Order: sequence, then C-alpha cells, then structure tokens
Amino acid sequence: MILTTRGLTKAYAGVKANTDVDFDLPAGQTRAIIGPNGAGKSTFVGMICGRIPATRGTVTFDGQDVTALPAHKRIERGMAYTFQITSVFPGLPVRENVALAARRRLGRNKAAVQDKTDEVLSRLNISERADQMAGDLSYGHQRILEIGMGLAQEPRLFILDEPTQGLAESEVEEFNTLIKTLDAETTILLIEHNMNVVMEVAEYITVLDQGMVLANGTPQEIRANAAVQEAYLGSGHA
Amino acid sequence: MSDTHKSHGLHFGLIGLLALAYFVLPAYHSGNLASVMVIAIYAMGYNLLFGYTGLLSLGHALFFSAGLYGLGLMMHLADWTPLPAFAAGLIAALVVSAVIGFLILRTTGVAFMIVTLMFAQAGYLTILYFGKYTRGDEGFALQQASRQIAGYDLSDPGVRYLCALVLFSVTLLGLAYIIRAPFGRTLVAIRENEERARMLGYNVTAIKLKAVILSGVVSGASGATYALLFGYAGATFATVQYSIFPLLWVLVGGAGTTVGPFVGALFMFYLIDYASGKTEAYLLVVGVTLVLVTLFLPHGIAGTIRTRFLRWLP
Ligand SMILES: Nc1ncnc2c1ncn2[C@@H]1O[C@H](COP(=O)(O)OP(=O)(O)O)[C@@H](O)[C@H]1O
Ligand SMILES: [Mg+2]
Repeated sequence: MILTTRGLTKAYAGVKANTDVDFDLPAGQTRAIIGPNGAGKSTFVGMICGRIPATRGTVTFDGQDVTALPAHKRIERGMAYTFQITSVFPGLPVRENVALAARRRLGRNKAAVQDKTDEVLSRLNISERADQMAGDLSYGHQRILEIGMGLAQEPRLFILDEPTQGLAESEVEEFNTLIKTLDAETTILLIEHNMNVVMEVAEYITVLDQGMVLANGTPQEIRANAAVQEAYLGSGHA
Repeated sequence: MSDTHKSHGLHFGLIGLLALAYFVLPAYHSGNLASVMVIAIYAMGYNLLFGYTGLLSLGHALFFSAGLYGLGLMMHLADWTPLPAFAAGLIAALVVSAVIGFLILRTTGVAFMIVTLMFAQAGYLTILYFGKYTRGDEGFALQQASRQIAGYDLSDPGVRYLCALVLFSVTLLGLAYIIRAPFGRTLVAIRENEERARMLGYNVTAIKLKAVILSGVVSGASGATYALLFGYAGATFATVQYSIFPLLWVLVGGAGTTVGPFVGALFMFYLIDYASGKTEAYLLVVGVTLVLVTLFLPHGIAGTIRTRFLRWLP
C-alpha cells in the first residue's frame, strides 16, 4: 500500500466532514473517489496531503506515518496535489509555473529543470503558450497547467480534486488519455464528478457519503451497487 | 540580446551613470545623490519583502535603526573603527530581523502590518528608554576624526559619494542576482499564490523568514551606511515615518522591480526638496503627488514602464 488512512476524521465546529475513514490505496492503482456534493471528498484528500489538519486518525504514506508532517514535507516525500478551485501563479508565465514545480525537486540543476519543464509543456500541448501569463490562459488551459505542475514533480501519489470540472468535452477526452498514459507511471487518486471519466479511467472506486465510506469496488461493482444508486439519487445526482 | 543581458546592461548602465554624475553634477546635487543612493539601499531591502515576497511591513524603521545604532553606538561609545562597527550594524540588524521575523510570521495580512508597526514602535521606545546612551530624539554625532577608512575621510564629499555608490551597486547587483536565482523565484511564487507554493512542497514559512532577515539586513546596512557617511544617529530614524518612507519610495518607483526603489527614492527626495523650498505645506504636495502616481501609475514608475513597454525589465 502506498497510502493508508485509519480512523481519519475531520470535525468543523461539531459538524463532521469525515468520520473514521479507513482507506487503502495500492501503489500504481488509479483510484476514483466519488460521492455527492458535500460528501467530504475534498476534506478527505486535504487531510491526506496535509492541507487540512485532521481532527484524529492517521495517514501512512509509503510505509511511514506522515500524520504529524506539515503539507510541504508530505509533498516533498512524493505527493502532488491539484486544487478543486484552479490554483496557479496567475502573474507568472506558464513556463515559470511549471518550472517552480520542477525546481523544488531538482533544485539548482538548471538544465534538468528546463528539460523537465519543456517535457511537461509539450506533453500537455501547451508549449506554444509557454510565455503567456498563466492568468491570461483560458479556464481549461489553467486546469491543464495545474495538472502539468503536478506532473513536473514526478509524484508517486498524484491527487487530483475534480480536474475535469468545467472542461469542454474535447478537453475531457484529452484528460482521459493523459490519465491513462500516467497510469503506468504513478499512483493516482482522483476525485471526479463526471461518471464517464470515472468509468473510463478508474481501476477501483471509493464512494464517500456524508463523510463516510459507503462502498469500495471496481467500476462494475459500483455501478451495480444499490446503496450507491440510493445515495446519488437521494441527493439528486447522476 | 537575452533578457539577462538586457538587465545586466540596465544595472551596469545605471551604476555607470551614477559614477559619471559625480563629475558632471554640481556639488549640491552630487551630495543629494549620495543620500539618495544610501536611502535607495533601504528601499531595495524593503522591496525584497514587499515587492517580491508580497509582505507589507510597517516596521522597517526598526531594521534601519538596528543598523544605524549598531554602528553608531559601537563607534560612539566603544570607539570602534568604521569597518568592525559596520559589521556590528549588520549583525544587530540580523539578530533583530531574525527574532522579529520569527514572531511576525505567525500573522498574515492586516495583522502582519499591525504587528510590524507595533514592534517598530517598541523599538523606538527602547531607544528613548536608553536615552542615556542613545541620547534619544536629539541623537548624537559621530566625530569626523573617527569616520576614516584607511586614511580616507568619509566626510569628504568625493569619498562619501564613492562609498555610497559602491554599497548601492553591491546591493543592486546582489539583489538582482538573488531575484533571478531559485530562491528569488520562490519569493515571487509566494507573492503570487502562497497556498500553491506550499502545495508544491515549498516550506513557505522558512522562505518568508529568510526574506525578512535578508530584507532586514539590507535595511540595516543602509542605516549603518547612513550613520557612517553622514555622521549622525538619532531616534527620529526609528519613528513610524521612517517605516512609511520605504513603502512610498517603492510604490512610486515600482514594487517588484530592481531599479524601482532607486527611482522612487530619487523622485521623492527631489519632490520633497523642491516642495519644501516652495511651501510650508510641502507634505500636502507630496500627498497629492502620491495620489496621482497611484491613480495613473498603479505599478509605479519602473513598473509601468515594464507593463507598457519593456516586458523584460527585471
Ligand atoms: N472550512 C470549512 N468549515 C466548515 N465546514 C466545512 C469546511 N470545509 C468543508 N466543510 C463542510 O464539510 C463537508 C464536506 O465538504 P467537502 O469535503 O468540500 O465535500 P466534497 O468535496 O465532497 O464536495 C461539507 O458539508 C462542507 O460544508
Ligand atoms: Mg470537493
């Protein structure tokens, strides 16, 4: 297991966003987390990467208890994270956005940073926008850029919070292709609303509902799961 | 020509121009320029934190004074020679900024501004409290006889100008280098989006602390240079006014540009000089100019030149 959580709980002023979440993610898997709005998905991954302090419970990454580590130390150990609400450096060129992500790991090795940056830019087909300000990009391209910043870190666990939200149909297609090629390189933890994406890329699915794990299973199992249908229908979601 | 070459050209060009100015300008103006270069060092220190890291301090007079008194008191009370006393000024600024930085970085935004203001005020009161040594608001003069380096009299206008120019150049080139280096890039990243920088794995708090210390030491170097070259230290330099000045210089000149602090300091120096010669209400003139600059040049002088014309401007 590259990632394990036990009893992970988050309480906001008495309201529990996550309750005793036990979660196991084998290395190399592409896992989707689904669930209705407000189910606690973002809170859960926030506690994994250290952005949100857990009320209680443990997070084990790569065999080591990282519960007490601040976010930047967890990232340093090989996690990467993209925000649900796009978060780039708007006032910096696209190239520098990616370079900042690569540089943290590659340090002062200028050539390596440059190579990694070029590689990521061309992989995501945004090379020709390299000198534009990130803030001037379209929404879709900003999302793609943020994914690029994740790739530049060569993470061992790549956490993406609703990456296809607001993307055009064609962009979603490209995203699916990208995730499939990444599948062989790293472990992916993907929060996703778009069921087409989930069914296409996920090897395994965890369903959260009201802050608790409702079900785990393969896409086929989840599709057939009555409780899951109930949760989604109950909140008016498809 | 690459952007790096252009920015070297700009910095060395400015330094060359300032060197030339000494021979071309009348004594009155070259004397002014020496002061401007010294306060521009202060502005550059401030700019590192405000313009590049995005932290607005209202307490930098404390760091300036730490350098000013670090050097001043050692020369005045302990009869140290200028070079060791200068080192004492830098160390004083280093210690003060490290301690203050450690404390203030627990706050952000408006709280940060207020806490920096508060600490600077505490520093001012401390200087008054030890009035027996510091002579409070009245201050003390450093004897001309003690202000000598290797036989050169620092009160001589030529020597003073050269000294100011050397320290100004070292600071300008040093900071320009740091801004382009990985460390400087992370400062800008923090300014642009702190949470994103943290979630790329940067230890944001540690980086900000380094920025406060570097900014504090450069500001302190300016204070020490001021005391050394102009032979005076007084508590006025620790007042709120002297915390606001670098903010104004940087805003007017262009926050987050390498030459902006100098441009702003030069502009404001001559504006105040000119206005105070014309009217008692010169602060009003200064205020109106500031409003106009912020309205029409929101990025300051150098910042606007960068946005409109020279995208490569460092
Ligand atoms: N900072 C916060 N303060 C208070 N409540 C919060 C906070 N963040 C999230 N919540 C609540 O926690 C629950 C889970 O939110 P979230 O993890 O964002 O859900 P999801 O990502 O599944 O839509 C929601 O009810 C939300 O209102
Ligand atoms: Mg969410």
